Order: sequence, then C-alpha cells, then structure tokens
Amino acid sequence: MDFIVQLIINGISLGCIYALLALGFVIIFKASGVINFGLGEFMALGAYICVTLLSQYHVPLIPAALLTMGFAIIMGLTVERVMLRPLIGESIISVIMVTLGLAAMLKALIIMVFGVKALEYPPLVSDEPWFEWESVFIDNIYVIVMIATAVCIVSLTFFFKRTRYGNAMRAVANDQIAAQSMGMNVGRLFALAWSIMAILTALGGFLLGAQSGLQIGIAHIGLRVFPVVILGGLDSIVGAIVGGIIIGILETFSSVYLGDYFAGNVGEVTTFIGLIVILMVKPFGLFGTEEIEKV
Amino acid sequence: MKSGYVKENYVSDAAIFETPAPKYWTCALVIFLLVYPLFGSEYMVYLLTVMCITLIGALGLNIVTGFTGLISLGHGAFLGVGAYTSSILTKSIGVPFWVALPCAGLAASFVGILFGLPSLRLKGLYLAIATLAAQVIILFVIRQFPGLTGGDMGLIDIPRPSFFGYVLDTNTKYYYLCLILAGGFLLFSRNLFRTRIGRSFIAVRDRDISAEVMGVNLFSTKLTSFAISSFFAGIAGSLYAHQVISIVPEVFELDLSIFYLSVIIIGGMGSILGTIHGTIFMTMVPEILRMTADMMSGISPNMSALLPHLKLFTFGFLIVFFLVYESEGLVKIWKDIKNYWVLWPFKY
Repeated sequence: MDFIVQLIINGISLGCIYALLALGFVIIFKASGVINFGLGEFMALGAYICVTLLSQYHVPLIPAALLTMGFAIIMGLTVERVMLRPLIGESIISVIMVTLGLAAMLKALIIMVFGVKALEYPPLVSDEPWFEWESVFIDNIYVIVMIATAVCIVSLTFFFKRTRYGNAMRAVANDQIAAQSMGMNVGRLFALAWSIMAILTALGGFLLGAQSGLQIGIAHIGLRVFPVVILGGLDSIVGAIVGGIIIGILETFSSVYLGDYFAGNVGEVTTFIGLIVILMVKPFGLFGTEEIEKV
Repeated sequence: MKSGYVKENYVSDAAIFETPAPKYWTCALVIFLLVYPLFGSEYMVYLLTVMCITLIGALGLNIVTGFTGLISLGHGAFLGVGAYTSSILTKSIGVPFWVALPCAGLAASFVGILFGLPSLRLKGLYLAIATLAAQVIILFVIRQFPGLTGGDMGLIDIPRPSFFGYVLDTNTKYYYLCLILAGGFLLFSRNLFRTRIGRSFIAVRDRDISAEVMGVNLFSTKLTSFAISSFFAGIAGSLYAHQVISIVPEVFELDLSIFYLSVIIIGGMGSILGTIHGTIFMTMVPEILRMTADMMSGISPNMSALLPHLKLFTFGFLIVFFLVYESEGLVKIWKDIKNYWVLWPFKY
C-alpha cells in the first residue's frame, strides 16, 4: 500500500514537470495555432544553460535563474523574429516544419557544445526528505516542483483570462488575419508567447534534470508532452495540468509494473499507446474546445 | 511559359512533357544512368543507388505531405517496418526477394493504415502527432522480439536478392535493380496525379471543404494517400536493408523522418520533379559535409566525431532556411532559371 502511495507521489511529481512542458506547448498553440515539435530541445537548452551557470561558473541560484530566464526570452524573441515573422499568413504546415527544423538544429547544437555526457547538478536541496511517513518519502525536490507548477498555473490562467496581452494572444490564435486588421501586433504577441514558452520549458527542464539527471536524452522527453496535451486538450491550461499528472502517474505505474515483461522504455510506449487510444475515443481531450471537425 | 503556346486537346493537356525537348533530355539521362557503371567509380554507383532508394521513400512522403497536405513524422518507422519485414522473410524464412519486396511494402502499408485510422478521422494536424506516436511504438515493438528482429543489435547477413539463381551481389547489379524500381515508382507517382485519385489528394490539400462538397470522401482519400505513402516507404526500407546487409533499430528513428521531410521541403513539396531535386541535394549534403570534416580534421581532430551531429544541424538549418526564404523549394528556383533563360529579354 505504501508502495502504491509512493508511486503516486512520484507520478505526480513527474506529472507536474510534464504539466509545465505542456503549459509551454499550450501557450504556443493558444497564441498561434502552431504545434511546436521543438519543445524538448528548448527544454534541454534551458536546463543545460542553467546547470552550466550553476556548476561551471558557480553563479548563485537566483542570478543563475534570472540569467537563464533572460536567455530563454532572447531565444524566444530570436526564433520569432527569424523564423516565424516571415511566415505569418503562410500555411500552418510550414510553421510546424520550421519548428521541426529548429528542433533538429538545437539538438545537434546542444550535443556539439555540451557533449553527450551527463551534467552534474550542484546540490540544491538537502537530501533529507521533506515528509516521511512509514516508508513513503516526499523529497524536497518534489515539493519544489509542485510549488513551481502551482505558481505557473495560477499566473498563466490569470494572464490569459484577465490581462490585455493574454486576451490578445487568444484572439490571434482564433483568427490571425482578423486580429491583424484589428490592429494587434501579431509579431510582438508571438514573441511574447515564445518567450513565455521558453521560460516555462527551461524551468521544466531544470526541474526534470534535478529529478533524474541531465543529458541530451532529456530532449526526447519533450515528445512526452504530446500524450499530455492530447489527453488534456490542445488549448486548455487546466487540461495541461490534469493531463500531465495523469500521464505522469500512468508512466510511473507502467514502467514499474510492466517493466519486467518488456525490454526498453515501457513507460514511454504506454503513454503513446494512450495517445492513440485517446485519439480514438475522445480526440478533443478532457478539456479541449470541441472545434475539431470530424471527417 | 512561351506565348502563343496552346494545348488543343485533353491528351496534350494531361501530357507529362509539354514540349519535345524534355523528352530527349530525359532519354539522354536514362541512357547515361544505364551506362554509367561502365566508366564511373564504384563509389558513385553506390551513391546513385542510395539516391534511388531515397527517391522512392521521398516520393512516398511527398504524396502524403506535399500532395495531400498531411504531415507524417513516422516515415522513418515505416521504412523500418519494410526493412525488417523483408529481412526476416528472406533471411529466416527463405522467401525469395521478389516476393519479400512487395510483402515489405504491404506490411508497411498495413501498419500505416493502423495508425491512420484513429487520426485521419479528424481534421487538422492529428496525423502528425499520431505518426510521432507510431514512430515510438513501432521501434519499441521491433526491439521486443530479439529472436526475430535481433532486438537492439539488429539483423546481419541479410541475403542479397537473387532471381532464379542469379544473385545481385555487386554494387552495380544492385544499382540496376534500384534504378529500374525507382524509375517505375517515379512513373507511377507522376501518373498518379493525372488520375482521379491523385487529383482528389490535391483537392483535399487545397480546400477540403470544397472537395467534400464535390463528393470526395475525405477519410478514405486521406487513408489511401497514407497507405500508398507507407507502401513506398516499405519498399524503400526493404531495398535499403538488402543494400547494407545489416540493419539496426537506431537507423529508423525520428532523425530519419526529419531527413525525409527535409528532402521534400528543400526539393519542393507537391512536385515530383522537386522530389528528384531534393533527393540529389540531400544525398550530396552529407557527402560534402564528410569531405569538409575530412579536410578540417587536420585543424581540429574532433570533427569526424561530430559528423552525425553536424549532419543533423545542417538538415535542420536547411529546412528552416528553405522554408523562410524559398518555401517552394529547389524546383521553384529551377523553374525560375528556366523561365529566365527561355524568356530573356522579356520578363514573362
């Protein structure tokens, strides 16, 4: 029984990180309708920068975090200016392919600059578990993850519902050309969306690395965001959170219970099989808007 | 486009070559390719074989992505399905190659339909996500059966094709096989878009609501397109397996799908000639990179270790570059050059 509770807690913690990544994905989708296939690489880049600052240059935590955020914002702005602004108004397929190309470039760049070996995290939190009951442990890092996720959810929901820029981004996602004729600066809004996504994914990557070690394979986890957003709904913030936690728990349980029967990464495959199942059963996801026309 | 040039009947409207000149040039090219092994280097023959195989795969992807508008990220996995099917059939069961080849295509097609069924019912980009899932799931399944597929170690000693005792054991003989097959698939693809089915693919891409109004069944059209594309991928995978004699699962990962996407994006989506351009270009790029790395290895010895990553970086960069600056690909540049040449000093 304790074992199951422990698994659930681990699953929630992993799920919160997935939720952070999914939030980044949903932001981009809500703002521009673009499916960003390069999420994992953004995440890895942010995490690598942050960890390098912390360990190699011994920058203290808060300045390192701010520097990483600044870097993420610059990344977002550059991507928007160089790749997305020329493609405003073009078919959505082109933009998606651009994100794919960007993903490939980033992945290769990370390997060439940082190498393939795992990077060491400096000790951030004490090893003493925060909460200990019988044999159930909640590590400090899990707590940080959950708090960070909660903060992000609240601020983003507020942003999209109440602030001017948030509403403007939703308008642009709905109809780009109409929004432009209303006088909204689509380029600037995209830049904002990509910067927010870069920050979120960098945070997610950093936390993921803190939990399970940082090496380039982590970019592969970026693909894990797809089952989450399909389950939760491609444009729903709430769905990203709920979907993330469910997928996190699903993956933890399946890799523990099924890992003995199959070689390879069972947890991952289970989530993708779940994706196919959800596509068949409830393609809009739990909370997505039911705009998808069935053929 | 020359002025005063009219088409007088439906036959000439649907013709592949509008003027006589391209026919003669194409014949010359075919003759050149057929006699090339007599005087060319062995390595170039090998490269041409690789190009033919890539062409078949790229044609498949262009049919589904360029002509029907559905992004497929699972092409690498479908090549893998074809490669493993053909290898297992010929190596473990001893099926002759000319049976195993179509079986590989059909197996890949079947798997494609399996993943297409849930996602093609929906409009939008769900096929892209489903094929991503396919990529992961298929490779996982391949790794599950080490007895059959060699698991992570892959398969070795895949037999070369043999026709009634005549074994295609040299590069040259295999080259002719691939050349003939590539030519056949090229002709098939080009003719596909002169038929009703092919035009329905294009209709689905351009304006699916209008297509539906005109009576095109969106779901079955999309499924057919995806099935044909996967068939091509299976054939290409099988040819690849028998050329390199040994295969491992890593070859068929997402990077291969991105490679094929870059072939068609750079060459020109929705254009058969563009596929040819893209194939030639993208086969040459790794070679040029390799030569550059060799040249630079005097300066920086780590270069050759970085080569696969440099390749990936270049593919990604080329995708982004071509999409931003010339989204219709090399074939548009080719047409612009041809028009300039023909029409000078006029602009149109």
